[in-house]
Amino acid sequence: MGLEEKLPSGVLLTSVEKVAGWARARSVWPATFGLACCAIELFQTGGPRHDLARFGMERASATPRQADLMIVAGRVSQKMAPVLRQIYDQMSEPKWVISMGVCASSGGMFNNYAIVQGVDHIVPVDIYLPGCPPRPEMLMDSILKLHDRIMNMKLGKNRDRQITELEEARLGLTPLRLAAPEEAQL
Amino acid sequence: MTQAQTPHAAAGASDAETTEGRVYTVSGEDWDEIVAAANEARDFESGERIVVNMGPQHPSTHGVLRLVLTLEGETVAEVRPAIGYLHTGIEKNMEYRTWTQGVTFCTRADYLAPLHNEAAYCLAVERLLGIEDKIPERAQIIRVLLLELNRITSHLGGIAPLGLELGATTMYTQGARLRERGLDLLELITGLRMNHAYIRPGGVVQDLPPGALEAVRAFLDTAPGLLQELRRLVDANPIFVGRNKGVAYLDLAACMALGVTGPMLRAAGLPWDLRKSQPYCGYETYEFDVPVTDSCDAYGRYEIRVAEIEQSMRIIGQCLDRLAARGSAGPDKDPVMIRDAKIGWPASLSLGPDGLGPSPEHIKHIMGQSMEALIHHFKLITEGFRVPAGQAYAAIEAPRGELGAHVVSDGGTRPYRVHLRDPSFNHLQSVAAMCEGGQVADLIPAVASIDPVMGGVDR
Amino acid sequence: MSGPDETSPDETGRDQTPKAGSEETHGAQAAQGPVPPPEPAEDDDAANLPARRGEERLSEPVVRTGMFGTFGSSDTSGYGRLQVRRPPPIGSPRPYGSYFDDVADALDTALAGGFGDAIERVVADRGELTFHVRRERLPEVAARLRDDPALRFELCTGVSGVHYPDDPGRELHAVYHLLSITHNRRLRLEVSAPDSDPHILSLVGVYPAVNWHERETWDFFGIIFDGHPALTRIEMPDDWKGHPQRKDYPLGGIPVEYRGAKIPAPDERRHYS
Repeated sequence: MGLEEKLPSGVLLTSVEKVAGWARARSVWPATFGLACCAIELFQTGGPRHDLARFGMERASATPRQADLMIVAGRVSQKMAPVLRQIYDQMSEPKWVISMGVCASSGGMFNNYAIVQGVDHIVPVDIYLPGCPPRPEMLMDSILKLHDRIMNMKLGKNRDRQITELEEARLGLTPLRLAAPEEAQL
Repeated sequence: MTQAQTPHAAAGASDAETTEGRVYTVSGEDWDEIVAAANEARDFESGERIVVNMGPQHPSTHGVLRLVLTLEGETVAEVRPAIGYLHTGIEKNMEYRTWTQGVTFCTRADYLAPLHNEAAYCLAVERLLGIEDKIPERAQIIRVLLLELNRITSHLGGIAPLGLELGATTMYTQGARLRERGLDLLELITGLRMNHAYIRPGGVVQDLPPGALEAVRAFLDTAPGLLQELRRLVDANPIFVGRNKGVAYLDLAACMALGVTGPMLRAAGLPWDLRKSQPYCGYETYEFDVPVTDSCDAYGRYEIRVAEIEQSMRIIGQCLDRLAARGSAGPDKDPVMIRDAKIGWPASLSLGPDGLGPSPEHIKHIMGQSMEALIHHFKLITEGFRVPAGQAYAAIEAPRGELGAHVVSDGGTRPYRVHLRDPSFNHLQSVAAMCEGGQVADLIPAVASIDPVMGGVDR
Repeated sequence: MSGPDETSPDETGRDQTPKAGSEETHGAQAAQGPVPPPEPAEDDDAANLPARRGEERLSEPVVRTGMFGTFGSSDTSGYGRLQVRRPPPIGSPRPYGSYFDDVADALDTALAGGFGDAIERVVADRGELTFHVRRERLPEVAARLRDDPALRFELCTGVSGVHYPDDPGRELHAVYHLLSITHNRRLRLEVSAPDSDPHILSLVGVYPAVNWHERETWDFFGIIFDGHPALTRIEMPDDWKGHPQRKDYPLGGIPVEYRGAKIPAPDERRHYS
């Protein structure tokens, strides 16, 4: 990616990580990917009451090239799936995906031929947000959790190590044990 | 082409065929003649016509609508809308659910006006059942109240993005602010902000909660002021007017040919409103006007939508008066669901110490007092009611136009076929008629003035 | 296609209100308050006697057997031998009631007496009028309905398809709903085509509004509208195979996984039809 990826681990990298995490989390620009009913709740979240602008996120970038976060809001049909993947590919790193609503997370109530049963069949998802549709407060909660993750994301070699650690932790999770909060990182 | 065959206005100008095509040599102030000649020659190889894809992911297309444009400079030569990016198979899914469960599916078609979808479907089912005149009066009043409230939120959900797409973000925040208050009311009454599944065949699922009437009155006190703030900002704004007046012209003949109803038809001068001409749910007993203009353009449609919001507030006031006059007589004297034990949804929910569940009176009744009630409860919840074979088409005046539900029954507990005739599906066909020959920038207010909801278009 | 569906001896014991020619109408009469139920048809026609109706019913093919969607030896419900027959197609006798007779007479005049040739069956049921039109005559009938001053059904609100696999020779139905703004009336036209020859003439020349509706009906049912300028898929992706809303096309869902259980997709679950 950038210079920050090539720094050797050490004090310098840790400080850069903190600054980079803070900067990235403070102005995440969502890509407008509102599809269906959840898009209306996304639209209300940008309204004056639940104000997305307080997170610096009101500048929803229509061009995926400048977007950081893709909020897949709504049901993804078979026809829309390649478009979704293309938009995701056009986003530049670092990028995150929130699948908003049950239709994006798992196909929702539409268990049929026309809907992709979960957008994680197509793009890697960071946060799954259930709800039909989720309230704006729920969406903001998921965005705040994503901000936590972004703040704690490591760079370069530390990142590779972090990914490996998290992967192993996840593989060890049985369905009955919930992840402890300190494990809930990227 | 030799020089003798193609005269040029200015001396020294010439043209010649080369390997790259026709090359014009211009020496003097004859640029207009050149361009005119090139246009006349329809010189497509020179790259004057470009095909642009306003793809399904676009901030201004009101959802996942794809417009394939053929542009000549700024002029739209052809526009082809492509839909289907939100096709959900709602109609097919409804064939695998009971009649009551079908409400939860059809409500997600036109997701800005979910109660209207439910109402159209329920009216069709009630017509098949033959219980159209047995729906309780209170249920009809509540239906009208919610339908009009939904009309307000739906129109605002169209007007606010119109502002956003034109770059007027304050219009968006104003509209979202007022819409939020409407959604608060819907949440208070139905429990959800969207996709309510509240209107069911036979009536509505629950009565109004305590405090609902006061909350709606409070809304009616403040909402007109907020709407006026929006209007003061926008109505005479020269940029808004300039972008919307005269844009997306669709006159009455075109509306008739293209099957256009709703605000678009009323903007063409025809005062056709199903609430007045083929009333349902008791609309003939309410006093309201049908706003009409004859400007046939995007600005006229915007004016009509705002006027309809005001009329809806009027109707809501009348509903409140009627409900207040009826008092709160309780579900036995003033039911909200039909009293037919083989159709009316039995479970009345109430909030107990452990959460939402069947009300204790209902449980006592079915477990201790009446075997028939238990049987009805069991059969209605597991299997649903049976609808005699036949077909029915019920149409209502949704915010976008005529929303119809064509329901076919084969006598069973599940619909045989449900087709929702969505107004936006028809109206999107008219994009070509409205926009070809205009400018690219006029596409945005044109599509916004149709106010399509792609969930209804694609279903 | 109305008439009480006797699926089982005492399942639907609810009131059987008379259906044919019912008085519930749209528009003008709706404002007059609750309408008293019509008197039972007092015709001496033997066709209405219960024995005759029973013969009609038994001559229809069986469309469903059993109950709860289970079959074979695991079915302990006791309803295993239940046979549900298709409801017989009815035609309403004259007079149809409310404005329906006017429409039928005006169409007869407009077709110069050819009403019986063009229209196979008339159903006036639940306040709605349906003409079952022969598919060769469809554009002509539609043009007359649109242009004749006594009819003037200016708007066609749409076409939808219905697939009846139990009706051999008439499996695919296309249903057109017409609206007359001048006279404030509604009408339904129904055209049928067999699966082996799913061609219906297109009405785009008469009602341009049905352009996309016909494309949608082709997409979902496979009905080919002859004369349509561009009959392509509109909702499904362009290279999709099959016509999804036909009854022989599966719903296509996946089993729902819970911890310790797997619920099959909605079309494979137990059903109570």
